[in-house]
Amino acid sequence: MTFEGLQRRARDEWQALSESAVPLIQVGTATCGRSAGASAVVDALREALQREATPALIMEVGCIGLCFAEPLVTIRKPGRPAVCYGHVNPERATQLVSEYLLRDNPLADWALGTVGEGRIEGIPELFETPVLRPQVRRILRNCGFIDPTNILHYVARGGYTGLVRALGMARGQIIDEIRRAGLRGRGGAGFPTWRKWQFCLEAPGEPKYVVCNADEGDPGAFMNRSLLESDPHSVLEGLLIDGYTVGAREGYIYCRAEYPLALERLHNALAQMREQGLVGENILGSGFSFDIHIKEGAGAFVCGEETALLASIEGRRGMPRPRPPFPATSGLWGKPTVINNVETLASVSLILQKGAEWFAEYGSEKSKGTKTFALVGKVKRAGLIEVPLGITLRDIVYGIGGGILGDKRFKAVQTGGPSGGCLPEALLDSPVDYESLTTAGSIMGSGGMVVMDEDTCMVDVARYFLDFTQKESCGECVPCRLGTKQMMDILTDITEGKGREGDVELLQEVALAVKKGSLCGLGQTAPNPVLTTIRYFRDEYEAHEQGRCPSKVCKALIRYRIVADKCKGCQICLRACPVGAISGERRQVHTIDVGKCIRCGVCLEVCPARFGAVECVTGQ
Amino acid sequence: MKTLRLTIDGVTVTAREGMSVLEAALEAGIYIPHLCHHPDLKPVGVCRLCLVEIAGRGMTISCKTPVEEGMVVKTESPDIELARRVAVELLIVNHHADCLSCAKDGACKLQEIARYVGIEEERLQRLRRTTRSLPVDSSNPFFLRDPNRCVLCGICVRTCEEIVGASAIDYAFRGYATVISTLGNRPIVQSRCESCGECVARCPVGALVPRQERNPAREVRSVCAYCGVGCGLYLGVRGNQVVRVRGAAESPVNRGRLCVKGRYGHGYIGHPERLTTPLIKRDGRFVEASWDEALDLVAARLAGYRGDQFAALTSARCTNEENYLLQKFTRAVMGTHNIDHCARL
Ligand SMILES: Cc1cc2nc3c(=O)[nH]c(=O)nc-3n(C[C@H](O)[C@H](O)[C@H](O)COP(=O)(O)O)c2cc1C
Ligand code: SF4
Ligand code: SF4
Ligand code: SF4
Ligand code: SF4
Ligand code: SF4
Ligand code: FES
Ligand code: FES
Repeated sequence: MTFEGLQRRARDEWQALSESAVPLIQVGTATCGRSAGASAVVDALREALQREATPALIMEVGCIGLCFAEPLVTIRKPGRPAVCYGHVNPERATQLVSEYLLRDNPLADWALGTVGEGRIEGIPELFETPVLRPQVRRILRNCGFIDPTNILHYVARGGYTGLVRALGMARGQIIDEIRRAGLRGRGGAGFPTWRKWQFCLEAPGEPKYVVCNADEGDPGAFMNRSLLESDPHSVLEGLLIDGYTVGAREGYIYCRAEYPLALERLHNALAQMREQGLVGENILGSGFSFDIHIKEGAGAFVCGEETALLASIEGRRGMPRPRPPFPATSGLWGKPTVINNVETLASVSLILQKGAEWFAEYGSEKSKGTKTFALVGKVKRAGLIEVPLGITLRDIVYGIGGGILGDKRFKAVQTGGPSGGCLPEALLDSPVDYESLTTAGSIMGSGGMVVMDEDTCMVDVARYFLDFTQKESCGECVPCRLGTKQMMDILTDITEGKGREGDVELLQEVALAVKKGSLCGLGQTAPNPVLTTIRYFRDEYEAHEQGRCPSKVCKALIRYRIVADKCKGCQICLRACPVGAISGERRQVHTIDVGKCIRCGVCLEVCPARFGAVECVTGQ
Repeated sequence: MKTLRLTIDGVTVTAREGMSVLEAALEAGIYIPHLCHHPDLKPVGVCRLCLVEIAGRGMTISCKTPVEEGMVVKTESPDIELARRVAVELLIVNHHADCLSCAKDGACKLQEIARYVGIEEERLQRLRRTTRSLPVDSSNPFFLRDPNRCVLCGICVRTCEEIVGASAIDYAFRGYATVISTLGNRPIVQSRCESCGECVARCPVGALVPRQERNPAREVRSVCAYCGVGCGLYLGVRGNQVVRVRGAAESPVNRGRLCVKGRYGHGYIGHPERLTTPLIKRDGRFVEASWDEALDLVAARLAGYRGDQFAALTSARCTNEENYLLQKFTRAVMGTHNIDHCARL
């Protein structure tokens, strides 16, 4: 079939779907939805539809990114806009069928918003709600709206026109298009994509390879997973364009094995591409032949580093090697290789579909386009978001995220995962772009964004991230293997009240040596959480040195005690204490045996608020 | 090969194209601390100690940087000093502290680097010293593997892969738990290790050390007596006793390498049960005899046989010349082709 034929079929199917005479129910069943219980919701919907003998189409879709409201169900009745519901459980699902489908009561209270033409009384437009209004949905345009297992849906929404366009262009022209778009790598370092491609194109050596980096090992990051689960073809199209441009015949997708659904979606998408002649010999009759292999990683963070990733594909232990030579000149099996992140490739598809100027409409001077972030931590509305680069941290945390959970005080936001830094309130108005974040001591990274509130101890946070990088270091180079462990040991001592004088200076010294001396990006960035917390929250380190944990997190530095004139002797805490550390007679003041207490905080939680007799104290 | 000129610490140095900055410096007598570099192996750049500053490029490792014409290199700077000093200090506090009981004491590259950098005790005191103690692998009859002294330079791994071709060992685990391990982390004697000792010979520290080895008083250049390959070696001797064998790097035959027998199998040389005179069986018992007696006896007995009544079996332990002579004797004197060799069995 020609591409035009495929497009016609796709449009017909899409149109039939949008004009469907029966209601369309879309359930977000990406991994996030499933873990929130979406599969049970699907079952409940099926059952209810059967029971009521009412016809409707159920379609499993990917993730819109409104994680805080999962599971999500969108219902579109003929002639009405679609209504997106949040926090749907099996009971609510059943009620949605009986109330909205059968009785036309849209249950506005549970609705998050409407999508599409028309309005429904009492329900806002989804994209005009505070969580979505500041966002620009380009990379995520299809996520949660198409069936990710159906290539026709992707094609119907403009998919693969970027590839078709690229196949009619000279390689130099494509590279120039990417250059004008200003696309920089979304995997962390922000290297201009066009330049990487140019190097590879010009490098001597055959065959050439292209690799999609879908390892995504940072704790708290899930942008790439969500995109692969919700719209796999947008990435695969980018990989094809990449391969065509640099003259490769083979491409690899390196995806972590802990992403079973993403892998399933990729395998399925590849099979459909093969059916449609979009991969394999002579793609769309253009003479361009290209095949894609899927390689599963075994869950090592360091395998996201490009040279370690290549070693892993080659079947060796995933350990980085010094660059130069860069993969663009000597990569997979020593051949010129381009490695790009999932989101970079999805952006490539968009640039070729819509043009460089369209892509560069958004963004700042040196950071063009939109970028997805996994906004998590102590925000009211956690989720997967897409924003124009250059937006401020404040707009993200307070605008999209809705501020801090429980209206507590903001303390810091960590960008870039374990390799990034913790930025304080004073920097909330800085723009989110590659340069500003680096200047502030953090990095853009691949898009993890963890928000912390006043109850977070910054020394403990630094220790947490160091614990991660220390365990994930490949162990090959001295500064990283031993330096991260050393910093981790010092931080542990500080949080346990065993810090020594001069520890902060020592931490800074080791951190600098690790940053400057390490072989790969893991070691070079691992000290960032330590350096930024010292830079912006030094008072917390000093407090710990004096035996105080201001956020009352570090167990060795806090004590629970019962205030005598508030305690009514109700015995609630006594019964709740897991280690029997509390004693006292009925109606008598209770006391905590500090020696026995394991500082679990249960007594503080259970002591009735009207008494408020338990308090947590730190310091002398 | 093209020669290039570069400046290292203000000194003009000539180097050959393809050399690394580290090699050029070492050849010119300029020391740059290094642990993972070994002249026989491909550079990997993992110890991060051989830092230099190259004008226009900043700080980088010298073992992976090829020399270029006109390059200006500095081996000292505040950045280098900090990164290197901290790395060395970290190595030391994560290393077994008892150099005096270490077989490598005095020949240890870590000691050499520590002396070069100049370790200050007060600085070490600030650091958290390791409390970990891993079991020593003493399964191999010829050498010990002590992971507590290992600096993970990877020289053993690369030796085994690049030079020996056995690939018996590799890195295992991650982070601080990383160790050099056999497949399945079993004792090395249960791995595919051939006990050649090539890794032991190259380990820069006391992590791989021969079990029984005393320091020789002097060395004697010789050829291995085990087989016809003729590997060049140095017999380390104390008095009249061979206490150590090492390969002769300058020998074109083995370029310094040896197999398990040549390196470790020297016990027979001074063994009390070793035969030093011929024995002749008299009245059912072997008794010592002189060479003349023995040879006369053999010649007299052989005279009674001809052609296919006779067969000769020779040995890989003999030299080519000896083997040639025996086949000549068999064919020309005894008149038979019945000649064979233990290497074919
Ligand atoms: C420790 C470490 C982990 C990394 N993990 C990832 C990852 O999971 N995904 C990714 O795309 N890039 C990751 N990177 C960055 C890659 O090395 C590489 O720069 C990137 O894939 C290039 O693609 P881009 O130019 O499209 O960003 C990691 C880098 C380091 C040092
Ligand atoms: S910096 Fe860390 S992860 Fe990177 S090569 Fe060195 S030890 Fe391995
Ligand atoms: S903090 Fe936990 S262990 Fe301590 S007294 Fe309260 S309930 Fe018991
Ligand atoms: S729960 Fe509160 S009021 Fe009741 S005994 Fe415990 S401390 Fe006293
Ligand atoms: S055993 Fe020796 S050669 Fe092998 S990695 Fe350790 S220190 Fe290096
Ligand atoms: S003794 Fe030889 S075979 Fe065994 S690990 Fe060392 S180099 Fe490899
Ligand atoms: S000798 Fe250069 S990094 Fe080890
Ligand atoms: S003296 Fe260095 S390892 Fe023993």
